[in-house]
Amino acid sequence: MIIGKKKEKDVEIPSASLADIVFLLLIFFLVTTSIDTEKGLDLVLPPPGDIEIKIPPKNITNLFINAAGQAMIDNEVVDVNQLAGIIKEKLFENPLLIVSLKTHKDSEYNVYVHVLDQLKKAGAKRISLADTDKE
Amino acid sequence: MEFKKKSNIKLAIPTASMPDIIFMLLIFFMVATVIRQYSGLKVELPDAAKIQKLAVSKRHISTIWVDKNSNVVMDDIPVKNIKDLRNLAYKKRAEDPQLIISIKADKYSKMSTINKIHQELRKASALRVNYSALPGEF
Repeated sequence: MIIGKKKEKDVEIPSASLADIVFLLLIFFLVTTSIDTEKGLDLVLPPPGDIEIKIPPKNITNLFINAAGQAMIDNEVVDVNQLAGIIKEKLFENPLLIVSLKTHKDSEYNVYVHVLDQLKKAGAKRISLADTDKE
Repeated sequence: MEFKKKSNIKLAIPTASMPDIIFMLLIFFMVATVIRQYSGLKVELPDAAKIQKLAVSKRHISTIWVDKNSNVVMDDIPVKNIKDLRNLAYKKRAEDPQLIISIKADKYSKMSTINKIHQELRKASALRVNYSALPGEF
């Protein structure tokens, strides 16, 4: 028995509706995408473990934030908004300066973010977070 | 003088390449979409001036919410004890070395909670954090 080849039959996927399907998908992804990028202040935490690095005391500036939201730098209470200027001056005198930031446990996060913002404004790259609540 | 109307010129935008354009758009939005979205806690973010965009795409971000009653939620998992955060963060960090932790804390939350979170993140080696803030001068 000879099976004849059916050469004449055209097998085709209809592509007329392709554009419609793609449109539908496009609309779905358009709706689900949210392009708003999150913004914030970057910080890299110190690595774990209590590795003591000897830093000459002249390269450290202590910055405290108390529960009332006041900032104290080198035993002087200063306005948070003026911190950028003060730190900038200090960095100018000593580019190796490390700012050690200590916060009281009852202080508000708001103040902390403002202080970090001021440090960024002053261009302080070396920020250390001292842990206040040792267990 | 007489003006003749040139009505015989056919004006048609070629539509042959339309599917291609739509395909391109489709591919763009498919790539840009990250479908998972967390609801988190209700927080009032602090404002800061020197904020910058996160350096990585949304895929590499885990979010920790802290509200003013010191409730902590990490990517929709409520964290009862802050000590549990270490395991959670460690797992995420192991899955994705590029991970950035975005901290969305209420501006009236206490630093003691934030400090504890810092300590746990340090122990989990998830060191890159980003404090979410709204643009603004205070």
